[in-house]
Amino acid sequence: MKQPIYLDNNATTPLDPRVLEAMLPYFTEKFGNAASRNHAFGWVAEEGVDYAREQVAKLIGCTEKEVIFTSGATEADNLAIKGVFEMYKEKGNHIITAVTEHKAVLDTCKHLEKHGARVTYLGVKEDGLVDLAQLEAAMTPETILVSIMYGNNEIGVIQPVKEISAIAHKYGALFMTDATQAVGKIPVDVNADGIDLMAFSAHKMYGPKGVGALYVRRKNPRVKVTSQMDGGGHERGMRSGTLNVPGIVGLGKACELCRLEMESEAIRLSGLRDRLESTLSKMEESYVNGNTQHRLPHVANISFKYVEGEGLMMAMSDLAVSSGSACTSASLEPSYVLKSLGLSDDLAHSSIRYGLGRFTTEEEIDQAIAVTEKAVNHLRELSPLWEMFKEGIDLSKIEWAEH
Amino acid sequence: MAYSEKVIDHYNNPRNVGTLNKDSKFVGTGLVGAPECGDVMRLQIEVSEDNVITDAKFKTFGCGSAIASSSLATEWLKGKTIDEALSIDNMDIVEELALPPVKIHCSVLAEDAIKSAINDYRVKNGLEAIVLEKSHH
Repeated sequence: MKQPIYLDNNATTPLDPRVLEAMLPYFTEKFGNAASRNHAFGWVAEEGVDYAREQVAKLIGCTEKEVIFTSGATEADNLAIKGVFEMYKEKGNHIITAVTEHKAVLDTCKHLEKHGARVTYLGVKEDGLVDLAQLEAAMTPETILVSIMYGNNEIGVIQPVKEISAIAHKYGALFMTDATQAVGKIPVDVNADGIDLMAFSAHKMYGPKGVGALYVRRKNPRVKVTSQMDGGGHERGMRSGTLNVPGIVGLGKACELCRLEMESEAIRLSGLRDRLESTLSKMEESYVNGNTQHRLPHVANISFKYVEGEGLMMAMSDLAVSSGSACTSASLEPSYVLKSLGLSDDLAHSSIRYGLGRFTTEEEIDQAIAVTEKAVNHLRELSPLWEMFKEGIDLSKIEWAEH
Repeated sequence: MAYSEKVIDHYNNPRNVGTLNKDSKFVGTGLVGAPECGDVMRLQIEVSEDNVITDAKFKTFGCGSAIASSSLATEWLKGKTIDEALSIDNMDIVEELALPPVKIHCSVLAEDAIKSAINDYRVKNGLEAIVLEKSHH
């Protein structure tokens, strides 16, 4: 079977062969436990981890001691938010986040609401960005944490992180960001951006799955989080559990490659993305979702009105992409991120996310354009809504039988 | 999600796509579903004087299973009498297309579309509409 073209790099990325090469010795001859202090096996493993910590720190502009390795961004999000809530509950119980956050943040906040937290879920503007005035208005003396993602996983918009952190700090709250989609793709500097805690993951930047990190600020202010797992007190007591040495080495190498290649890669990817987007948005009744100025270089989210996303994906089986439609779920609810931009359900159902990556080629983009155009046209031929639109019927005036 | 071969076949080669003259008194039109829910089916039948469905056409906005369900329905309708058409059950479609549980609503929609087209035809011709069971989705 011919492999489809992979354009789902926001879901996960392939492992870079150079990362694999760096990892391999740590599965076999360098298999030691990084916490074994009494023999060379342990020391060699620890060296690998220390070096990786440096590589990670260099990418995000922090010190090595501020990097806590985890099993991924979901765990890092949980550790940051639950850990801050428990550590700072004397100070207050209010957390502010946004409705477009990843479930790892939203569901963690929902969990804390059952344990005495008060959570404000900020809406976003039509372009997907948080309204700073609304954020400031939501701040209270009890606010201990503002958690807003860096770049969005569905539409790629980049939040005004610097401004958001300044507001959080002005009211004495900490600022946490889920930067899973941003780290390694665009310059992220925890000091310049005023970040106190930051979650990210290796497998979104050509590293292995099952490993990520939480950045925890040590100076101005010194941030502490309560550990969420009891055990050997690894990672400065914040995250117990034997270190995933090969994974951590892979994360380190992935960070190094991203740092060295980011600038040229961002230019290349945004060029390809713009080519894809400008061609497809020339099709009748197609709409680009989210702010197009402030966004990640490798994501395009486009709605093709009058065709349904899941049906569209089936017609595009030569492409591995993702849709905002969720016709398979019992609820039939389309993407909550797209809906929060104010998109109507039918437009949210009609959306496709293209996620480009390091191994995406120009030829693949041209094929993706051709496949998409053909699929959209095919489905519009089949679509009663398209026919009605063409006849000038106002679809919003029809009384649909909700089911 | 993996689709059955039959769904893929109907999806790639949909039968009877098109539009009949909805103003003709021999044509019944059923339009069911809603854009917000991610599927809308329009199914039309043309009925002869002796109550036989001589033609059927559809257009569907929806996932592969919805398109396949309506395509299959048009195939089944042709040549049937109205009474025979009324006996088509959504579970027949589920079985024929091997639809998974999450896609049963597509077959329900197709059954609704058939009944709604028949009712449109009946009302146009001075007959009473058949009371439809509330669809179970």
